[in-house]
Parts: sequence; C-alpha cells; structure tokens
Amino acid sequence: MSGSRGAPARRSREPLLWALFSAGGTLAALALPALVGVLWLAAPLGWVPAASHAELATLARAPAARLFLFALLSLALFHWAHRFRYTLYDGLQLYHLNRLIAVCTYGAATLGTVLAAWLIWVRL
Amino acid sequence: MRREASARGGASESEVRYTPYHPTWYRRRMPIFWWLGRRSYTKFIARELTSLFVAYTAALLGAQLLALARGPVAYARFTTWLTGPFVLAFHVFVFLALLFHAVTWFGLAPRALVIKVGGRHLPESLVAGAHYAGWAALSALLAWLVVGAG
Repeated sequence: MSGSRGAPARRSREPLLWALFSAGGTLAALALPALVGVLWLAAPLGWVPAASHAELATLARAPAARLFLFALLSLALFHWAHRFRYTLYDGLQLYHLNRLIAVCTYGAATLGTVLAAWLIWVRL
Repeated sequence: MRREASARGGASESEVRYTPYHPTWYRRRMPIFWWLGRRSYTKFIARELTSLFVAYTAALLGAQLLALARGPVAYARFTTWLTGPFVLAFHVFVFLALLFHAVTWFGLAPRALVIKVGGRHLPESLVAGAHYAGWAALSALLAWLVVGAG
C-alpha cells in the first residue's frame, strides 16, 4: 500500500482541477466576449458612451459585482492553467516536464486568485 | 556470464544482479507541429490556445480594476492606452479568440452535460440552445451595466 500512496492522491485531484477548468470555461464563454466587446472595443472606438470612472467604480464596488469579478478572474485563470497544461502536454509533447508545467500553471492560477482577492476586497 | 554461473548452480539469489541496460519500447517519433497536418487537428490546437486569451483578458481586467482603484487619473491613463491602434487591433483579435472559445465551448457542452429528465436524455439542441440563450441574456446585462450613461 505504501508504495502506491502517491498515485491515488494525484488521481483524486484531477476531478477538482477539471471542475475548476469547466466552471472557468463556462464563465469565460458567457461573460468575457461582452466585457471585452464593450470595455475594450466599443467604448474606446466611441461606438458607445464610455462609462466614467465614478460610474464603474460604484458598479465594481457593489457586493455582488465583487463576488462576480472574483469568480470570473479566478476561474478564468484556472481554466487557462488546466487547458494550457494539456496543450503543452499534447501539442508540444513535453511529457518529461509534466510535473514542472503543472506546478507553474496551477501555481500561477493560485497566485492570480490571491491577487484578485486582494485587488477586489482590499484595494478597490 | 552471470547466468552461466547461476545455471551451474553455484550462485545464490542475492548474487543475481541486473544490468543497467533498460530496453525501450518502440515509439513512433511525432514531429512537434503534428497538428498542422490536418484541419481538425489545427482547429483543436487553436481551440486549446484560446485559453491564453482567456488568461490575458482576466489579467487585463485585473489591471483595469487596479486603475479604477487608484483613482480617476490612473483610470484615464488606462482608457487612453486602450485607444492605441496596436492595442485596439490586438483586442479585436482577442475578441475573436474569445468568440471562438465561446462557440466551441457551447458546442461541446451538450456532450459534457448530459441531463436526464424522466429517464430520457434532453436533446443536445436543447442543452446547446439553453447555453446560447444564457449567453445572450448575460451579454446583454453586462453590456447594459458597463456602457456609460453618456
């Protein structure tokens, strides 16, 4: 039993990572095109009136908006981490770097989640 | 040689040592750009690479929130940066990548999300349709929220 201790633990982490990937993919698909389309394309191009600093700051500080933004940023990062990890694995066939890539991608997503929490609930 | 020794019956089990030579199984070498060979493979990798733009968008939304937190001057600097021609062109590309992500994601959703109602599977078109309807509704809500009062 002691010899196989590592394997089941790693296997049991996979559903959680997949759930984060899946939730992030759905949230990104639902919300990001609209946000990018309005905030970074339509408003800078003058197609729609750009929201003022005061308007957006009031909106972003609403409790529901903070929760939504945190979920969006964090889950989008975990979506990236999981998908990019397997893109490197399948696409570039970096099998021997599997462990290192996993640590870097999920680590970056975790760091991003902590940063997002600080940004949204401390700075904003 | 060692085998001969054990065959002669002189060697005990502890003396059996394996050579460091490790036989490798045959594996066909795949070129790194294997996915350029066929359209469906290229589409698969393109779909996977949309995750980079999802991460970029999350990071830049974070930067926008930070600018918002710093105050009107910092925020004005951020929105001025958004109007740069290269930034705009890049964001058109980001937008298209995100659309590609959304369409392929909702296309796969019915296969990942099999819902049973009364012992029968909901048809794929209904699950996909629900996703598209939700997408339209949330997009409209978000756009309405973040467009300025003018």
